[in-house]
Amino acid sequence: MIGRLFLRREAGIAVMIVLFCLAVGTVKPQFLTLDQLRIVLLLTPLIMIGAMGQMMVIVARHVDLSIGSTLGLAAMISGMLYRFDVSVLGYDVPWWTGIPLSIGVGAVLGLANGVLIQLFRLPAIIVTLGTLSLYRGLTFIVSNAKQIDRQYIPTELKALSTTSPILGIPWIIFIAFGIAVLTYLFLNHSRIGRQVYAIGSNPVAAPLRGINVTSVTLLVFTLSGALAGLAGVLYASRWGFVNPSNTGTGFEFQVIAAVVIGGVSINGGVGTVLGTVLGVLLLGCVAAALPLLGIPGTSQAAIYGAVILVALLIDRTVRQRGIVGLRRATA
Amino acid sequence: MVEAADMPVISARGISKSFAGVEVLRDVDLDLGRGEIHALLGENGAGKSTFAKILAGVYRPTRGTVAINGSVADINSPIAAQKLGITLIHQEPISFPDLTVAENLVLGRNQGSPLARVPWAAMTREARQLMDLLGVKIDVTRAMRGLSIADQQMVEIARALASDSRLIVMDEPTAPLTPKEVETLFGIARRLRDEGRTIVFISHRLEEVRALCDRVTIFRDGNRVATDSIGNLSDADIIRLMIGRPLREYMKKHGTTIGEVALKVEHLSKPGFFSDISFEVRKGEIVGLGGLVGAGRTDVARALFGVAPASGGSITVNGKAVVVSDPSQAIGLGLAFVPEDRAVAGIFRTLSVEQNITAAVPGKIAPGGLIQRLVEKTLAQDSVRKLRIRLASLRQPIGELSGGNQQKSILARWLLTDPSVLILDEPTRGIDIGVKAEFYDMIGELAASGRAILLISSELPELLALCDRVLVMSEGRITADIARAEATQESIMQAAVPRTRDAVAA
Amino acid sequence: MSAMDTEVTGTTQDSAPARPRWQTLLIRPETMTFILLVLGVIAGGLLSPFFLDINYILSSFTLYAEFSIVALVLTMVIIAGEIDLSPAANMALSACIFAWMQQAGVPIPLAVLIGIGSGLLMGALNALFVIALQLPSIIVTIGTLTLYRGLAQIIAGDKSIRVPEWFIGIDKIMVLGIPLPVLIFIVEAIVLAIVLGGSIFGRQIYQIGTNEIAARHAGIRSRRIKLLLFLITGGVAAIAGIMTASRLGSVRYDLGLGGELQMVLMAMLGGTYIFGGRGSIIGTLLAAWLLSIMTNAMNTASWLPATQFCLLGVLLIVSIIVTNFIYSRTQR
Repeated sequence: MIGRLFLRREAGIAVMIVLFCLAVGTVKPQFLTLDQLRIVLLLTPLIMIGAMGQMMVIVARHVDLSIGSTLGLAAMISGMLYRFDVSVLGYDVPWWTGIPLSIGVGAVLGLANGVLIQLFRLPAIIVTLGTLSLYRGLTFIVSNAKQIDRQYIPTELKALSTTSPILGIPWIIFIAFGIAVLTYLFLNHSRIGRQVYAIGSNPVAAPLRGINVTSVTLLVFTLSGALAGLAGVLYASRWGFVNPSNTGTGFEFQVIAAVVIGGVSINGGVGTVLGTVLGVLLLGCVAAALPLLGIPGTSQAAIYGAVILVALLIDRTVRQRGIVGLRRATA
Repeated sequence: MVEAADMPVISARGISKSFAGVEVLRDVDLDLGRGEIHALLGENGAGKSTFAKILAGVYRPTRGTVAINGSVADINSPIAAQKLGITLIHQEPISFPDLTVAENLVLGRNQGSPLARVPWAAMTREARQLMDLLGVKIDVTRAMRGLSIADQQMVEIARALASDSRLIVMDEPTAPLTPKEVETLFGIARRLRDEGRTIVFISHRLEEVRALCDRVTIFRDGNRVATDSIGNLSDADIIRLMIGRPLREYMKKHGTTIGEVALKVEHLSKPGFFSDISFEVRKGEIVGLGGLVGAGRTDVARALFGVAPASGGSITVNGKAVVVSDPSQAIGLGLAFVPEDRAVAGIFRTLSVEQNITAAVPGKIAPGGLIQRLVEKTLAQDSVRKLRIRLASLRQPIGELSGGNQQKSILARWLLTDPSVLILDEPTRGIDIGVKAEFYDMIGELAASGRAILLISSELPELLALCDRVLVMSEGRITADIARAEATQESIMQAAVPRTRDAVAA
Repeated sequence: MSAMDTEVTGTTQDSAPARPRWQTLLIRPETMTFILLVLGVIAGGLLSPFFLDINYILSSFTLYAEFSIVALVLTMVIIAGEIDLSPAANMALSACIFAWMQQAGVPIPLAVLIGIGSGLLMGALNALFVIALQLPSIIVTIGTLTLYRGLAQIIAGDKSIRVPEWFIGIDKIMVLGIPLPVLIFIVEAIVLAIVLGGSIFGRQIYQIGTNEIAARHAGIRSRRIKLLLFLITGGVAAIAGIMTASRLGSVRYDLGLGGELQMVLMAMLGGTYIFGGRGSIIGTLLAAWLLSIMTNAMNTASWLPATQFCLLGVLLIVSIIVTNFIYSRTQR
């Protein structure tokens, strides 16, 4: 129902994806193959999961810069479970135990962000800049600055990224889309999900309508952390290792880029799951096209930065259309 | 049952309210009956809005009780009020622009667990029914963003119906509405009354009150001065009750001569805000600018001062045609502007009084770029003495001063720029009556010293007492230019109210 | 309306009593920073007598001088109600441009100028988004931070670019017994303290940060001032980047990585109010020394870098909480 209102924006991103693919395809025809689609899809699941959490946070008029470090710490703690289970616990834990552990760790870290932001009335950006450093530091401390190598990551976990239940599409992609569907159901069909939009839309008036801003905000940050945690254990699955300095570094920028290009407004209240999914896919296409076009991988970061700025511009232009009428009302 | 019908729905006893020690409401008793439309009348600051907000749980009274159907209720929040069946409809309705109309309607109802499914279909159906009931055509599945104020009010009223409110308080609902929208609103209000609900209607407009209301209560200076059936009171009675005290006749200083034109505005326009505004203000002259809230008066002032420049027309200051695109430029031309909302556009709350006073004269306090503390202190001290600003120290944050003294400090800021044209936008709003009188004297003195003054005010007595001429704006246009001799509350109001509205009053 | 009424309200209501002078002076975030600094020096002194040696204190600060130099101007940006998270990335990109230019044969002085010019351009780009397009600086500079760092990566790749021998070692140049970067920092702090505390420009920065709408109504050209601040930040960041190049002897794209946190931390720890309108140069100066001494002490006590990472994060959060608390107490 609410999707209809912003459908134009989503259609715009879809068109951009198609145009981009066609443009790359004319130069490098192999870009338009199924194999390439698989590559694009494989690039996106972690970002997609992180983006779902970040989107909720931004819709509620906050931002979470710490998700990269949260991902790293959660991945590291599950990695350490796999690494030391036999030597410390005395038995080999089942392969899936890292998943709830990682999600749990992420949730706790996210909740900590939320508590600092909501209870002390601090700006989310500064708090999460601080926890970005804090969580990364903790990752080094718990791991003693050592990487968890390939042999310790359970084969079944790694198989999530390589084996497929159907159509040759790996499990990890189904998980990512599953999370997107759950996020959609949560945001659009649960009462509290709508309250997230209400808070972002008019934070001052939300308490007047009986919305418990504190608990909704805490929930949103907890979910963002939990999803970063899930992305963490899937990182271990996808890449087969966890490194204290590399794992998750820069993740926040990729995710924020995907979210804002997906039409989530930094002014809160606006954003859809579909838009965010499309934003993630667009970034995935760009990332997949770079090596084909012979552009070095080092230019990726610059592209993310440029994408964020362009998305901000688009967001502003979209908003400005309706602004004359609004100004009158608020003058 | 008969007794129940006679029993007042709401009975307020001894309601008093103070803000920061200033009593704005004093021992108000009021009974509201079932199925009546009850008007609250009074000048700005008389206490009617405060009283309404106490009923709606926005404020808590300092003293006094409110009983609902005979039992004392604790209305400690808007949510509590809503549960008790009381809804306040703000002039600028509360809305969540990114949610749909239907969602805005049901938001705040406490139903089920937080994870409960949003019943989109049922919600939409119910919202449609409510809209049909009100006879308005709003697509309930669209977002609130972009809805007109009138439609937003309708959504608020629908909210009140949805929660089955027995008391609906409307705080100046008609100010931003077109005549046709007012008519729709009145029709709905009458229907709600006939259903047995109680409506409290706050307005400045006598003709609207006459057209709609059964009884009126008049507030003055925080007291309830009268409650009567509307038929028993003539307009003159009501105005006398509202004004009460004979306003001290403002004495023009001897020797004030009205000189040449200082500010001349021709065909000034800004689409969506105002159009074809032409007038002039002479040296030594006080020109009033009256009209209803939202008529575009402040927008004209902001355009003159370059805060939000106009898109067409011309401005001449002291005989020189100018284009003002920025306040700093306006100051250079000898303009000064005391804005309407002091907290937003006037003071630097946490900074010292001294800094606040000298903010507009960087050239005087820092001729070479570095601030000369002594010069600054002297300037500020002189201003404090001249305007009788009461403070503990020049270095204390201005936020610690009372509203009147803050306003004096802002005026002091502008006097330091030695302006030839002074634009005052509601200069006495939210100020104690005693200090108001001081302001009137000051404004008179400023005119006497040869400055041209444009005074925007919603308080008719203020305009009548101070101004040599009163311009009246309505819906973005100047509708009257009334000389002091002819100016009356009626003549100003008549020009302020959009013309086609006569139909409603009938 | 009688004189009586006025008298009564005059005595009871017109203003709160002024606070005693000592209270306003003492209960300031800067005082906390100063106390922490003293404690830091004492703790350091207990750890090793080196910490009380003025030469050691000065020379050890060279590691922190570059970030500190930027943190001073960043303080002004934050007081004006904006923020800039991009200067660390700006340092890297300017340094890369400089190093790349001189490697390509451009004479060093010209390369330095080009580096500083590119820093100014980066500041201008931030300003364009924030001032002309009216987007929130916090998110804009997250974007530009990614962009600038990414561009540095494109220019330098994964390799490091060396600078000529004679250009290396700005931190070894001693003027009046003080390492040059430290001297630059101190001189800059004095100049900026005078500008911020004593000039009309500084005064207006506070006014904009306190209430930008009121500032505009008072004829203060807030956009021009903010533009200037972003430009200065960009230029100073570029200078700091090139200084880093000289100290390290080579430039990589990850020069100053994570520096935005350190810079913001210095400003916050020095009592700059995150929502604008309050703060001081002296606070940031003290905080910069405090950080330098803490880092040295932790290194001496052979704490892991990771622990230091954690501490920085915790310190940032604690310092905003404390600063907010102090300001909320002293403002009614």
